[in-house]
Amino acid sequence: MDHALETTLTVNGTQVSRRIPARQHLVDFLRDELGLTGSHIGCEHGVCGACTVRVDGQIVRGCLMLAVQADGCKVETIEGLSDTKELLELQKKFHEHNALQCGFCTPGMLMAAQDLIRQGRSVTREQIRQHISGNYCRCTGYQAIVDAIEEVMQTEVPHGQG
Amino acid sequence: MGKAELPLHAPGTRVDRGYIGQSVPRPNAQRLLQGRGTFVDDLRFPRLAHVAFFRSPYAHAKIRKLDFSKAVKQKGVLAVFDGPTVAEYCKPWVAVLAHLKGIKSPPQHAIAIGRACWQGEAVAAVVAESRSQAEDAVQLIEADWEELPVVVDMEDSLKGTKIIHEELGDNICFSRSFDTGGVDEAFAKADVVVGETFHFGRHTGVCLEGRAILADYNAAEHSLTVYHATQAPHMMQDIFSRHLGIPEANVRVIAKDIGGSFGIKVHVYPDEMATAALSVILRRPVKFVADRLESFLSDIHAREHRVKIRLAASKTGEILAFDLDDLTAIGPYSVYPRTSGIEGNQVVNLTGGPYKHQKYRARMNVVFTNKNLCCQYRAVGHPIAVALTEGIVDAAAQKLGMDPAEFRRKNLIADDAYPYTFPSGIKFEKLSHHKCLDKLLNLMSYEKLKRERDELRKAKIYRGIGLAAMIEVTNPSPAFYGVGGARISAQDGATLRLEPTGMLTVMCSVTEQGQGTEGIFAQIAASAVGISIDKVKVITGDTGVTPYGGGTWASRGAGIGGEAVLLSARALRSNILDVAAAILKTDRAELDIANNAVINRLTLENRIELTELGRVAYFRPDTLPMDFQSELTVTRHYTPRQYGFTFTNGIQASLVEVDPDTGFVRLLKHWCVEDAGTVINPMLVDEQIRGGVVQGIGAALYEECLYSPDGQLLNGNMAEYLVPMAGEMPDIVCAHVETPTTQSQLGAKGVGEAGTAGAPGAVMNAINDALLPFKARVTAMPFTPERILKALGKV
Repeated sequence: MDHALETTLTVNGTQVSRRIPARQHLVDFLRDELGLTGSHIGCEHGVCGACTVRVDGQIVRGCLMLAVQADGCKVETIEGLSDTKELLELQKKFHEHNALQCGFCTPGMLMAAQDLIRQGRSVTREQIRQHISGNYCRCTGYQAIVDAIEEVMQTEVPHGQG
Repeated sequence: MGKAELPLHAPGTRVDRGYIGQSVPRPNAQRLLQGRGTFVDDLRFPRLAHVAFFRSPYAHAKIRKLDFSKAVKQKGVLAVFDGPTVAEYCKPWVAVLAHLKGIKSPPQHAIAIGRACWQGEAVAAVVAESRSQAEDAVQLIEADWEELPVVVDMEDSLKGTKIIHEELGDNICFSRSFDTGGVDEAFAKADVVVGETFHFGRHTGVCLEGRAILADYNAAEHSLTVYHATQAPHMMQDIFSRHLGIPEANVRVIAKDIGGSFGIKVHVYPDEMATAALSVILRRPVKFVADRLESFLSDIHAREHRVKIRLAASKTGEILAFDLDDLTAIGPYSVYPRTSGIEGNQVVNLTGGPYKHQKYRARMNVVFTNKNLCCQYRAVGHPIAVALTEGIVDAAAQKLGMDPAEFRRKNLIADDAYPYTFPSGIKFEKLSHHKCLDKLLNLMSYEKLKRERDELRKAKIYRGIGLAAMIEVTNPSPAFYGVGGARISAQDGATLRLEPTGMLTVMCSVTEQGQGTEGIFAQIAASAVGISIDKVKVITGDTGVTPYGGGTWASRGAGIGGEAVLLSARALRSNILDVAAAILKTDRAELDIANNAVINRLTLENRIELTELGRVAYFRPDTLPMDFQSELTVTRHYTPRQYGFTFTNGIQASLVEVDPDTGFVRLLKHWCVEDAGTVINPMLVDEQIRGGVVQGIGAALYEECLYSPDGQLLNGNMAEYLVPMAGEMPDIVCAHVETPTTQSQLGAKGVGEAGTAGAPGAVMNAINDALLPFKARVTAMPFTPERILKALGKV
């Protein structure tokens, strides 16, 4: 139960080494060990998407990945992508459209939306809706979120590949 | 943005409109967009301990023995507590209200004593240095249980063959009968009588953030600071004070960012009370955050109703009477302090609400069962009352061969009939049913949609159109809870302070759960004082800081809190002009405030910037006349009193397509026209409505807490309890009619619950319209593919 492994990973550009209990989820590690509380815990069984983070360029559920599995990986969270301004346009459009209310799902929703934008393909509203269907929002009714993502995708030149 | 150039005192308006009516983005959304909000679980405290609860695996069982010997020895475990120990620090409660005559419920403890009455009731608490250590130790608690007879079905409960609380004599928590008289006569002379039984599935709020509390007791001060995901900080301050025996002023409740509430976070939960008591016992901060499985077992559920409804009409299509029989089950206890009698009471009050019939009879029983507790969840009672009313209205229209919209037009209360007293006794100040109906039909191109629907049916594509008119309780006066003895404030207050730099701090007792309260308070304050919105900072959710008030519930934030902010802002404006007159040695009647400066009212010439006024008032008052004292902090309060509630009205429409082979329902579009009085921020209002509609769609199509015959919750996780996802939801078109209430200067009514109130009925009627060619009809929510196929006789 207390089995811990020496783990080294890069979080938002900073290398971190810790002895991490083998059973600890990545999102618990980010929140409890590193104080990165922007990734939220909504269900702990991989359904709601509030804990979505990026690991080596892929979005993952922070509650379905063990922290020790991220050994040697590059992990990016809402805090990191806010500071690098990669999410700036999305955040701006979410704000303008009021595409959030309580904001609990928002970091995960932005990670999922940015993943779609980074794919660089042109998509319909339906496809946007499908892409964010793994991210629950209980407040907004989703429409403003779709509006915001759609607007970014119409104006944005794809960037930040990989 | 050029916002400061807006006319701050538009002529001919009752309110200095300024930002009012503008879709201003909420300033407080910025931190949430960067993941830099502060939800309770984000807080880190020295010596923070974590509690996990050992919960009953049975729906009803006697606790013969609890053995903590293994649990207490676990690494990191600080202590393990049972019910009697916690009860020494936390008094039990009984959730009744004097104005719900005859309501009864037994005392409820923070941790169950002797017996558990639902699966999930906390029977022991483990406190450890980490949550995972506490959870590990919970697994090692050994309990000796004696299973007791279980009451799960509400009809069985009403029959009373097994009594849950023997000391109460029966399983009835609350009953109400209402009769205008003349109902039997109306049915006897009616040309058309329709009757139907509707079933509503028990469901829950599923806030994305679980319930969360961090209680921090300071033994030296005998004070308690509680960081709490709550909608009503002052109500909780009072409750912690009385039940834990700590003086009121020593209890401070702070509600920072809250991850959704919808009524779920306005109640007293035993595990949260226990957490506060444990902080007192252990003299250190203790945190509890409900995980998702606990949320399903212990967040309040709602809306489990079986309703028989009959409607009498004349052959010309005039509704003559409604006759209602409602049965609802609420679990083993009435929930403190609002009680679990309100939802059924609302169904009685609101059924038939939009229509002008004069005869009405209702019977309603609220019964105990051994399932999780039920209480007020967004739109309390409205989704039931609207769906059953609109469902039976459609059935009557169909029997009469009338178009559903025309039948409604014939029966909706006329727009010039106000003030109006409805047969159930509720009073309407001013509603706009006909304006809303006309606007809706136009917005959705009703006739064209009907033609399309009829054309597509020839191609075996089954679309349906459903309407649902509604009324909605908002801006509640003390008639809601206060008169019944609940210490819940119907009044709210706002303190405004002009800072030395000319900025404005607003502190209001209404809380923010994401609906945009803080944003609209900034709009109102900036407009009424005459400054630009970027200079306003709003603080809510702290009993140590804001004036006293009720918080957020029953669509009251804008109408009551907003009015308090407006009154306070006007008083501050007046005080600022006094200071300006003293500095400028000018008659204050010549002065006005606009664009962050005091100006000459006639020439609009700048006289003094507020930054300069603030400097003089705070740092050089020696330069002002000896007898002058500036007062740049003011507080005002507001309570609605003329009406028990300020009713709003609206109407929704749903367009669906039903696949008769699979039973799947595809939502194609949804419309909502709502009259919420003065609209302060159209973008926020529309998003509130859309979010509400989607929660209502969840009730109609997906959401139900399913229990086994022995009272086990069968789908208590997010994978099995379905909520609406982006992929299934339609675009939702919103429009407004504005009939400001004349009770306040602002004129705002509530809007937070309208979407949820009307959507289930609209979707139900649309599905039944689509099923019409098959002569099939569904009346049990949620309308799962299985239920639709059953109605079609296919399974």
